[in-house]
Amino acid sequence: MKVDLVVALAGNANVGKSSIFNQLTGLGQIIGNWPGKTVEKAEGMLLHHGKHIKIIDLPGIYSLSTYSQEEIVSREYIALEHPDVVVNVVDATALERNLFFTLQLLEMGTPLVIALNLVDVAKKKGITINEKKLQKLLNVPVVPTIATKGIGVHEIVDAVIEQTTKRSPASKNTIRYGPEIETRIEKLERVLTGVNIGYPLRWTAIKLLEGDSEIVNKVGEKHPDVIVAANILAGEISDIHKEPCSTVITSERYAVAARIVKEVQTFKESEKSSMGERFDALSMHSIWGYVLMFTIMLSILMFMSFFGGWLSEIVRSLFESINPHMTGFWPDIAWTGGIVGFYATLSVALGFILPFYLILGVLEDSGYLPKIAYLMDRPCHTIGLHGKACIPLLLGFGCNVPACVGCRIMETKRDRLITVFLSTLVPCSARTVVILGLVGAYVGVQWAIALYIVDFMLIFIIGKILNRLLPGVSVGIIMEMPPYRLPSGKVVVKQAWNRFKPFLITALPLIIIGSIIIEAMRITNVLSLVSNALSPVTVVWLGLPAFTGFLFIFGVLRKEAALVLLMTAAGTVDIRSAMSPVQMIVFALVIMIYVPCVATIAALIRETGWKNAALISLSEIGLAILLGGITFRALSLFM
Amino acid sequence: MPQEHIEEYLEAIYDIAGREGTAKTTEIAEHLKNAPASVTEAFQRMKQKGLVRYESHKGVSLTAKGYKAATKMKRKHRLLEVFLDKMLHLPREKVHEQACKMEHTLTDETETALCKTLKGPTECPHGSPIPPCNLEVKNCQECFSEQNPTLEKRDKDIIAITSLKHGEKAKIVFVRGGGSVMQRLCDLGLTNGTIISLLREAPMNGPIEICVRGCKLVIGRGIAEKIFVQKT
Repeated sequence: MKVDLVVALAGNANVGKSSIFNQLTGLGQIIGNWPGKTVEKAEGMLLHHGKHIKIIDLPGIYSLSTYSQEEIVSREYIALEHPDVVVNVVDATALERNLFFTLQLLEMGTPLVIALNLVDVAKKKGITINEKKLQKLLNVPVVPTIATKGIGVHEIVDAVIEQTTKRSPASKNTIRYGPEIETRIEKLERVLTGVNIGYPLRWTAIKLLEGDSEIVNKVGEKHPDVIVAANILAGEISDIHKEPCSTVITSERYAVAARIVKEVQTFKESEKSSMGERFDALSMHSIWGYVLMFTIMLSILMFMSFFGGWLSEIVRSLFESINPHMTGFWPDIAWTGGIVGFYATLSVALGFILPFYLILGVLEDSGYLPKIAYLMDRPCHTIGLHGKACIPLLLGFGCNVPACVGCRIMETKRDRLITVFLSTLVPCSARTVVILGLVGAYVGVQWAIALYIVDFMLIFIIGKILNRLLPGVSVGIIMEMPPYRLPSGKVVVKQAWNRFKPFLITALPLIIIGSIIIEAMRITNVLSLVSNALSPVTVVWLGLPAFTGFLFIFGVLRKEAALVLLMTAAGTVDIRSAMSPVQMIVFALVIMIYVPCVATIAALIRETGWKNAALISLSEIGLAILLGGITFRALSLFM
Repeated sequence: MPQEHIEEYLEAIYDIAGREGTAKTTEIAEHLKNAPASVTEAFQRMKQKGLVRYESHKGVSLTAKGYKAATKMKRKHRLLEVFLDKMLHLPREKVHEQACKMEHTLTDETETALCKTLKGPTECPHGSPIPPCNLEVKNCQECFSEQNPTLEKRDKDIIAITSLKHGEKAKIVFVRGGGSVMQRLCDLGLTNGTIISLLREAPMNGPIEICVRGCKLVIGRGIAEKIFVQKT
């Protein structure tokens, strides 16, 4: 495809880059009100006045001295891929800290357009920014925007195109440090001539003085003498300032940012504390915060259980009422295989999966997730993690795949590995379908909750064990707390739909086909052959009916399929006649724990490598079988 | 009353009452295994020296001067514990008692040398925080790389960010430790001289929330304890 221009969106975390990206490209990047949503770069196309513009959405980044994995993605893209223009999205409510990054971009000599976002929120807080003055001071175009409403978004593109036609020399824009630093930057630039690592010269020199480990490694590979020179110069600077050189440079940048803010920003303090502030105080309270958190979690679970059960029952009776009740090979295949497969899938999708995605969207968009990270930081330390780990774990309730990828917000490899492992144990919406749709509907909601509790205890215990096995300590949480905002209905619905679509496209056909195959196998008695082969585990150890054996294999593809196919395999829609309550609980427990689904395994391989992925999957199979058998024996005693 | 005893009392009050709390006479007596009568007498002497506030019905609390002296002793004590544990490999259970005896004779110069040799430890072997030094430095690197060992003394009362009260404002003066975490704090705007305010803290030594340059940040306890501030 023809590409006339490449534009990258960059800026601090949670300033609205993905919102602008979605507005420009019409795509559905996940957005929400918490830092660290975007961990991979995304691409999209835009046709603007006959120009084909490629838009790149980058993960949030606070500084070019990168800290976590996703920030490196952004830095390398900006510095090495040379996009035609970088649109620096700036949060108008936190101008000073955002400008700190802007200054670094200018330093790199990147052609820049500033999107001054969230001007509406700033206004509510009593902050007004003179964007004309800001434009003049920075010598780059500044466009005020309200990304969520699409205001100013197309003006950004106009500014981008204008910027490419009359590119002003970048050197004019860069900030100047004190003379004692400038002379040393120049000295180092002279030493650096002839050393090319792809980054701009002045910027490389500054990064070397700062002791940036990535750059030091890159230059040091071929030119160790440069590093020696840089260290001497940096030492001189820190002797003058009695502070490490990197801190000196950072402080100077902040001083410049503060000076600019003082000139362009006026602030009128509003007297009354806003609703958000008051809700902040409640939701982060030492006691009420936790009460609120547990209430929210429990009510979501209860709601899902009752609403889901009710809705899937309606869908089912609707289809059952048109059952022609024909018998024979082909009618059986068509009805019990195809139609039952279809409506059973539809009932779990409408009853459990879609509602959960809507609830998750509300949680994400409101800004509540970071509060959970704050509340749970201390408990997370007991398993050697910090509060940020809660965010991928919570995302895991929707689907384990984004949870695994989301673990990139953890700073160290060890923390990442532990969080990835634990997130595959979080009951995702597919497992929720099995737990609520089987145990919750036929045994009782208290047993469904018991299964959740068992799962959480398991996560805790495995976390403890991993903490022992993997040496090292967590670095601790450093996280921005975004203010609350009213979730936008449009965003929530769109987001839920974007997450739900892949389910309809991949899972629905897969389950229907699986359902037809199983029905055919049942009629031709092939099913019993497969099931008998697995019966030592399923029947003897787990105490389940023989036909479940095949379901466990199929469940690797999609876990919710296990419930749908259970009906097909049992040859009846009324599972109660085919399984006892104990069997249902054991079945749901094993489904809940054993090996993540294929999509998650693929994500595991990508995030942690073959070895760890295999290790995680195998240990979970073992654990599921072990616990399943024990539960069967324990529950059989009194049920 | 010998200096050594005063120092022991200061430490005991520090342990029980902390910076602004009050300790009962009986608590101190129990802690030091002394008779309550002699404890009361000691408090009277220390009150005369301006180290404590004492009223028999209320109990005893540290004055600013007393707090400063107590932190100094705690620092020496815990540094010594690290030294005995890490360098001399004494059994863990013996280091406390030994450090108790050595701390009173340790000069400030030796204390600084000890801190440098031990690479600026932040906790004693039992996990309690070591109070920061009172030298005129902005961070530990400066001390390690400094050619000239005669650093000026800091004449200010600095406290960890976690010791602030809710809503209190203070200026960052010293960040202990180093590496990527410190750089990240700087990048987020916590540079020296920045005014911050403590908004709230999570229970049971959980993280804290602060306001810096108009943004709200949550910082884990372990990191926050290394950021030192001066009240404005």
